[in-house]
Amino acid sequence: MIRFLTRRILVGVMTLIVISVIVFGLFFAVPSSPAKVMCGKNCDAASIAAVERRLEIDQPIVEQYTKFMKGIFVGRTYAPGSDFEVRCDAPCLGFSFRNSEPVTDILKRTIPVTLSIVAGAAVLWLLIGVSLGMISALRKGTLFDKIAIGVSLVGASMQVFFFGLILLFLLVYTTGLLPFPSYTPITEDPVAWATGLILPWVTLGFLNSAIYARLSRAQMLETLSEDYVRTARAKGLPLRRVYTKHALRAAITPIVTIAGLDIGASLGGTFITETIFGLRGLGKETVEAVGFLNLPIVVATVLLAAVFIVVANLIVDVLYAVIDPRVRLS
Amino acid sequence: MTETLVQEPGSAPVEPQRPAGEPLLVVDDLTKHFPVRSGMFGQKALVRAVDGVSFSVRPGETLGLVGESGCGKTTTGRMLVRLLEATSGTITFEGKDITHARGAGLRQLRQDMQIIFQDPYASLNPRHTVGRIVAMPLQVNGIKPPGGVKKRVQELLELVGLNPEHYNRYPHEFSGGQRQRIGVARALALRPKIIVADEPVSALDVSIQAQVINLLRDLQRELGLAFVFIAHDLAVVRHFCQRIAVMYLGKIVEIGDRNSIYERPAHPYTRALLSAVPDVTKMGASGRIRLEGDVPTPLNPPSGCRFRTRCWKAQDICATEEPPLSLKPNGANAACHFPEDGTIK
Amino acid sequence: MTAPASAPQAPDTSTGPYLQVNDLRVQFPTEDGVVKAVDGVSFSVERGRTLGIVGESGSGKSVTSLTIMGLHNTKRARISGEILVGGRNVVGMSEEQTRRLRGRDMSMIFQDPLSALHPYYKVGAQIAEAYKIHHSNASKSECRKRAIDMLGRVGIPQPARRADQYPHEFSGGMRQRAMIAMALVNDPDLLIADEPTTALDVTVQAQILDLLEDLQREFNSAIIMITHDLGVVAQVADEVLVMYGGRAVEFGTTEQVMRRPQHPYTWGLLASVPSLHGDADADLVPIKGNPPSLINLPSGCAFHPRCRYAGRNGDLSFTEVPELRQVQERGHLVACHLSEADRKRFYAEDIAPSAGVAQ
Repeated sequence: MIRFLTRRILVGVMTLIVISVIVFGLFFAVPSSPAKVMCGKNCDAASIAAVERRLEIDQPIVEQYTKFMKGIFVGRTYAPGSDFEVRCDAPCLGFSFRNSEPVTDILKRTIPVTLSIVAGAAVLWLLIGVSLGMISALRKGTLFDKIAIGVSLVGASMQVFFFGLILLFLLVYTTGLLPFPSYTPITEDPVAWATGLILPWVTLGFLNSAIYARLSRAQMLETLSEDYVRTARAKGLPLRRVYTKHALRAAITPIVTIAGLDIGASLGGTFITETIFGLRGLGKETVEAVGFLNLPIVVATVLLAAVFIVVANLIVDVLYAVIDPRVRLS
Repeated sequence: MTETLVQEPGSAPVEPQRPAGEPLLVVDDLTKHFPVRSGMFGQKALVRAVDGVSFSVRPGETLGLVGESGCGKTTTGRMLVRLLEATSGTITFEGKDITHARGAGLRQLRQDMQIIFQDPYASLNPRHTVGRIVAMPLQVNGIKPPGGVKKRVQELLELVGLNPEHYNRYPHEFSGGQRQRIGVARALALRPKIIVADEPVSALDVSIQAQVINLLRDLQRELGLAFVFIAHDLAVVRHFCQRIAVMYLGKIVEIGDRNSIYERPAHPYTRALLSAVPDVTKMGASGRIRLEGDVPTPLNPPSGCRFRTRCWKAQDICATEEPPLSLKPNGANAACHFPEDGTIK
Repeated sequence: MTAPASAPQAPDTSTGPYLQVNDLRVQFPTEDGVVKAVDGVSFSVERGRTLGIVGESGSGKSVTSLTIMGLHNTKRARISGEILVGGRNVVGMSEEQTRRLRGRDMSMIFQDPLSALHPYYKVGAQIAEAYKIHHSNASKSECRKRAIDMLGRVGIPQPARRADQYPHEFSGGMRQRAMIAMALVNDPDLLIADEPTTALDVTVQAQILDLLEDLQREFNSAIIMITHDLGVVAQVADEVLVMYGGRAVEFGTTEQVMRRPQHPYTWGLLASVPSLHGDADADLVPIKGNPPSLINLPSGCAFHPRCRYAGRNGDLSFTEVPELRQVQERGHLVACHLSEADRKRFYAEDIAPSAGVAQ
């Protein structure tokens, strides 16, 4: 098991390194000068040169890369000794000159928002989706099954902005049951944190639960027809035990995989949800940065998204090995 | 090869029952090792699936390869038809070395050597009609028989006992036994000289097995085909094969003609195998040799004679010296330091 | 010659048969029609005896055994008739009642032990679970001890170490032994073995059959051995039931059915199976045609489309379902319209001389 873990972690680290090289290359090694891009339309050569020096883009690409990577661990000083000297403390993921703040600070502000949205929504969509799917499988063909599948189909076809806006209209504007969504750090006021995020949770949760409902249902049905479930019944186990202990654990493995990757990808930015509910999260920040061509932020968020997915992959692998002992062999 | 194409079916010379002349297929010290890795930091290990197997098949002769799981018989069969690449050793067909044949040479070989698979449900493409399945070998090799491909396919279907008018049906419309017949028809399409049959009746119902076995026997006699018949069922092999090779853990432990093997087996494993088969004519299990334990893993076969860990006669020499295949009094070649003397009870 | 059909026995758990099946019918309504998987089967098994049920795919042998264990979905299957297990009728019992019998009074082992054991749980834990569920007062260590005990009893070396391993770490033969251990952990009175050795090598099969025999002697359990292999039946069974198309076509002691069979299907089976003895060059005599569709069973005798002697007694074979009737030999029953004299004659003339199986 330990060998399995170490191998996976090593592979994960190597993947991240490769990704960082690619991302860096994509943005900073392109023929058209990133400084020109960042400076905007009406920049003259002098301004472009100034930007280049500030961002240290005039240096060889390999040096830029090494400085960037080192900066993550020990901090970085841009253009030392010049007028534009700027100190960026570790972990330095770049410096947004437009806002005059280190990217890390921007991330520190926005990540908790996205994290809170995704965490809450994920709990909802997993709970609802998986239980709905499992129960439908056990009651295959009944009215419950048909309704559940129908509802999940509706959920899968709807869009966040549509459903979200409807909920906003009904629950906030018209009836005033819920306050307008906002983000309060959980450390400040847990209750406010929760009530401020209920709407995005429900919206995302409902829409994503559809896929999991269908998936769980299919998996459960397949598992129920397996030989070992028949053996469990032949042993005289009560049905509930057969379903929860024998069938569930086997049915859940592919769901774990997909859920892990799903969550990892969502963390990269739930832009539409954040925009609709006016929450300043990672997704919104990134899209804005793209709009303004604020490269440092874009690079950092792309890298971060990659990290989320690699880590999610790793966790999924480990979970898989915990659930299915056969996997530990390889 | 145009002469073969012009010949009408049924006018092919019927080979005499007794095979004669030069061997059609000669296998010499054939070996197949599969490398496996136990963990990224673990050592490389070798699964010695087939470890130095030698035999020959003459035209029109039927050789049976028998053994239990892990003995290497299926791997050997796949190497013969070049579905697997041999690690070492040689396969010679009609005097030519085909061990690593590829390209045009391989295509030519495939016309002479065909294979029938075990699973009649998995070995036929469910999306192709029967006609297309049987015609495919002809089309792939660019062979245009006189009278057209369709006519030839219908002849083949009739030859294996199927209705030629079912040309346009799909595999799922046939029963297991019929599907196996389709597989046989496909194998016969190119008029091969030798067929490798990999457990052709194991997946069939008992009452259907006999139909297919009889069919194969009739075809063998009519067309003078040589067969390498791979099976684990000793009784089936006895009804089909003239010579039998018994395999254990990647090696041939005994090879000889039918009577020697079944009535006077020399190798203890052959004897144990035969006595383990539950026979309809015997009530109860009297005089059975009980082998202890399971077959050892081909990852780490026992030193010396591989069967020694389960052999009731094993002595020190069996662990240190691997017995060579040599002629024994029963007329067969067996690899044993202390062969059995004669009749089985 | 028509002796009365075998009458159902009154339940008497002390001396009579432990398992008594009377006129069992199992049907599955499907989109294509009603599948008559079992169509009126009766038999009994006593403690300490082994009944071999022989048949091919579609004969209904597996469905029968699953019905005895109550493993069918009662909403999906229509079951009628009686199944008396130790005097209690399982047909119509609630799931809760049947489940208490399962694993304790009657248990089952299946064909493929790799897929029949749960891949995620240790073998010892699975066996202990089988024990615990019927002995709710037993402590965890007691259950584990019992599991290790059983693993040793079925001949697995180092049982304590093996109990903490997963099924994929066992070899095929050992897995089947572990399944047997799990089935016998509660000393059931009835063990149903559904093709337990089909997936195993011949030498391992021999070990498993011997093991079952030893265990039967020790526990005095009734065993039902379901198989398509006549050799296995000849070796382990005391009585044989031959099934075809969901019906019983012949029943008797092993010797009666193997040496003096009286049903054309049994003849067909015996003549078509290659054996290690007899003339190897003689042609096998296959049964022509294919096993019947259970949705559209042939009218009258289900075997008539494949029977050489179908037309010999007027239209009977095509119109009337033959009943299982006693022949001259006591305890030997056959469902066939041919007269006994005719059957004996055909057997002697046509069947016995060919392919050296039946003697």
